Amino acid sequence: MTKIKLNIGVTGLNNTDNPGPGVPVIRSLRESKDLDVRIIGLAYENLEPGIYMENTVDKTYQIPYPSSGSQAFLDRIEYIHSKENLNVIIPNFDAELNTFMLAEARLKEIGINIYLPTLEQFEERSKTNLPKFGEKYGIKVPFSKSITSYADINNLRNHFDYPLLVKGKFYDAYLAYNPEQVINHFNKITAKWGVPVIIQEFIRGTEVNVVALGDGEGNTIGAVPMRKQYITDKGKAWGGITLGDEKMLEITKKLIKNTKWRGGMELEMIKTINNEYYLIEINPRIPAWVYLAVGAGQNIPEALVKLSMGMRVEPYKSYDIGKMFIRYSYDMIGDISQFEKLSMTGEL
Amino acid sequence: MKLKSNIAISDSGFIFDPVSGDSYTLNPIGKEILSLLKGNKSDKEISDFIFEKYDIEESIFEKNYYDFIGMLSHHNLLEEL
Repeated sequence: MTKIKLNIGVTGLNNTDNPGPGVPVIRSLRESKDLDVRIIGLAYENLEPGIYMENTVDKTYQIPYPSSGSQAFLDRIEYIHSKENLNVIIPNFDAELNTFMLAEARLKEIGINIYLPTLEQFEERSKTNLPKFGEKYGIKVPFSKSITSYADINNLRNHFDYPLLVKGKFYDAYLAYNPEQVINHFNKITAKWGVPVIIQEFIRGTEVNVVALGDGEGNTIGAVPMRKQYITDKGKAWGGITLGDEKMLEITKKLIKNTKWRGGMELEMIKTINNEYYLIEINPRIPAWVYLAVGAGQNIPEALVKLSMGMRVEPYKSYDIGKMFIRYSYDMIGDISQFEKLSMTGEL
Repeated sequence: MKLKSNIAISDSGFIFDPVSGDSYTLNPIGKEILSLLKGNKSDKEISDFIFEKYDIEESIFEKNYYDFIGMLSHHNLLEEL
């Protein structure tokens, strides 16, 4: 069978100890039996490892952070499109999702497809709105409050027992045992991600996650649950194993059905010793551990690309239980000329 | 006492709980007992089997057997009654 040739832009090439999903997404697409992909890396920083890794990107372009203005950002995407004729972009960086969602129609007009949740879905599941989300869809969520100033920290004792979690609106989560620690974490998080900062009840249990893909009509195209086996000091999975947990799949399918979720997602849950499941976060994109799902039999990035191209995709019905991933770090040797080229021309 | 049906036991004595993702290692006698539990054998059938095969005092076996069952229960490997 002839493979379909597609040019795909991928962001999130930072493959550090806080990895972006870009590199695993690219690996998944390169293993597709139906797609023949040319990968255009879209990089924010010159030292994102995915730029330099072998058999990863075919070409890389630097792009400006969305915070520098959506016009500059989209102008750059349009320029790259004029050179590379992109069919699809897979955004993998939380802080850029909003910009891509707002620009979806404009990008579609010029021939670039993206497959993200709607703005309404995106807002509804945000960390600040999670309590309402849980209530609306009948899913247990930990109690949480958004705070914007030091004054709010003093009032926390009226609503929370310590320890509690202090979370940034996009990334970062820290456990705090007293108000002083909350202030420390609040300062760290606001310096990076701004306000609000989310204070969340700490639920004791095991962290379990699901990577899933919804087709926007309520169908779950793929879903694979995983438990982190080795967690870095940033809370990221450095090792994990697929689970045969029907309850997690049931929660995922119910959520996708009721929200009519469109696109990739990661559900982060805590399973308590009483076998209760609390939803602690929904990441509205493919997570960095997605390659485990591919190893277990569900090529979720490939399915996402097909959906974004308007192709019909049959839902995956099974996956292998007990598949594991173990990350490792690896030193590549590059040359200053590569760095120079990217720095001076914005392309490599 | 019944072992959950989805618990996998390998020949080497490695156990995997596919729901929690937890895994455990057993010594040969532990593996033997777990295989008997998986085969839905009763406590009586298991102890008869052990006494037949090994030279062990009843009180020592019972203490160790119920400790082992307690451990299996603690790790959620047994069906709830």
